[in-house]
Amino acid sequence: MLTHLPILQVIVPLLAAPLCIFLRRPPLVWLFTLIVSSLAFVISILLLQQVMASGTIVYELGGWDAPWGIEYRIDALNAFLLLIITAISTVVLLAAQTSISKEIPKEKHMLFYTLYLLSLTGMLGIVATGDAFNVFVFLEISSLSAYALIALGKDRRALWASFQYLIMGTIGATFILIGIGLMYQMTGTLNMEDLSTRLPEVAQTRTVFVSFAFVIVGICLKLALFPLHLWLPNAYTYAPSIVTAFFAATATKVAIYLLIRFSFSVFGLSFSFTTLPLQILFMVLGLSGIFVASIAAIYQTNIKTLFAYSSIAQIGYMIVGFSVSTVTGLTATLLHVFNHALMKGALFLALGAVMYRIGSVQLSQFQGLGRQMPLTMAAIVIGGLSLIGVPLTVGFVSKWYLLMALIEQGWWPVAVLIVLGSLLAVVYVWRLVEIAYFKPQLVGKESVKEAPLSFLIPIWILVMANIYFGIDTRLSVQVAQAAAQSLFGVSP
Amino acid sequence: MLIGLYNYWIVVVLMMIGFYIVIAHGNLIKKIVGLTIFQTSVFIFYISMAKVDGGTAPILADGIERYSNPLPHVLILTAIVVGIATTALALALTVRIKEAYGSIEEEHIQEKDNQAC
Repeated sequence: MLTHLPILQVIVPLLAAPLCIFLRRPPLVWLFTLIVSSLAFVISILLLQQVMASGTIVYELGGWDAPWGIEYRIDALNAFLLLIITAISTVVLLAAQTSISKEIPKEKHMLFYTLYLLSLTGMLGIVATGDAFNVFVFLEISSLSAYALIALGKDRRALWASFQYLIMGTIGATFILIGIGLMYQMTGTLNMEDLSTRLPEVAQTRTVFVSFAFVIVGICLKLALFPLHLWLPNAYTYAPSIVTAFFAATATKVAIYLLIRFSFSVFGLSFSFTTLPLQILFMVLGLSGIFVASIAAIYQTNIKTLFAYSSIAQIGYMIVGFSVSTVTGLTATLLHVFNHALMKGALFLALGAVMYRIGSVQLSQFQGLGRQMPLTMAAIVIGGLSLIGVPLTVGFVSKWYLLMALIEQGWWPVAVLIVLGSLLAVVYVWRLVEIAYFKPQLVGKESVKEAPLSFLIPIWILVMANIYFGIDTRLSVQVAQAAAQSLFGVSP
Repeated sequence: MLIGLYNYWIVVVLMMIGFYIVIAHGNLIKKIVGLTIFQTSVFIFYISMAKVDGGTAPILADGIERYSNPLPHVLILTAIVVGIATTALALALTVRIKEAYGSIEEEHIQEKDNQAC
């Protein structure tokens, strides 16, 4: 049983997805989905333990040897990502039933859970697989279900956002497909491990350069890296609250994983960062992303849009860490992937609670909520502090590592810009706090009560995680470092 | 060079046509058509890449020694299925957009969204 964990990780939610349709009764489907997601979470914990104890796990599908058959390869990086995805998915699901009861018509509930599980399958598959073409297939499974999930939003603008995302996402995925095709043409293999040994032999050909460009641009579209981020704000704003919480915390992280996997493992460090000027390119794009998106966030009146822009800015931090291309820089990126999932999961779930009680997340509607929904608003404040990077929250830990990585390289101006970027986060978080705590409550809204427990429990699980991993950083830092070191070929 | 690699030229031309339609046209159906052309060019790219000069279909038979590479064909079968799913979803969304906005022109939709804000 234990030897089959890598495939079970993916196949359990995949098989469970169609079963949701047969269960029909909403509470039953919800319970079933929650159990499946928890099961996936347990599997990912076991996988992480195995990887940390005994190194990379290789699983050959159907018993076919690696370069011919598809192999699943779980190293510290994969296991770390699997853990993040399944953990967030499970916690978010706790609130799902309550939240969608007001946002999605009852007869569509089972379809919602089916899509949710398919999307989860896709993300887990992308991370678990060691085969380049398999990545494309899982990418499309997760994306297609994502488009449909976003279109479930109440507002008609959800449809338009979903359509735009579909166009951009399909172009991105097709770019990745072209890149993989060119790679296959040069090497005759699709296995990532095999590719990494064969690509250096032909690295100086134009075909490989073109294939690299296609793959990276395709991934950056999925990643919503500035300036390819235009699909993200609307998609996150109009999607149902649960969907936003799930995707904001996981979907872009998976794309970050792909970026790291392709540039570090498949094409190799020397090709990505020495032959090509990737370092300066990503540094500039990351920094402009931080500033453009943070400033855009300041001017938003819809809080979901505000935090969606803030997500784009946070992706900027991850990309800056990535562009440093040292072990510390990559550790910072991976830590921020983990930490950002915790922050945004908590924030968007709290917004879901506000949506549940008030039916809107416009800034003006937050007046006086600090007194009416104290626990929810406190969660938003702590999440916001974490976003800024205040000590004792997780946001501080990853920013600290990022600054260390930059200073190690002597890139002082960039370090200063990172700190300035964090100050912008103070501005947009403060706007919300000011309205919620220092304005009188709106007339006719006196009856608004605290969010139900089914919301408060998952929100506060995530908030507590924000604080816990901000103080006790052993687990997250240890795993992130192990993953970064294995990518650089340093034995831990 | 031009003649020998003509399959790639076809692929690139088709790809650019598709890409241009997606960007330039405001009608959602036309966008979907463009997207499909764009994806199809990649299918042709994979399929033509697998052709071996003088090779036949990859079926074991006496007297035949050269076979075309079947793997890219199999891969592209998967990609075609994905493409159909994407098109179907995009068309379904278009129907819903038509119901909700009463139009499938990008301009009109943007206009109505701006009014709502």
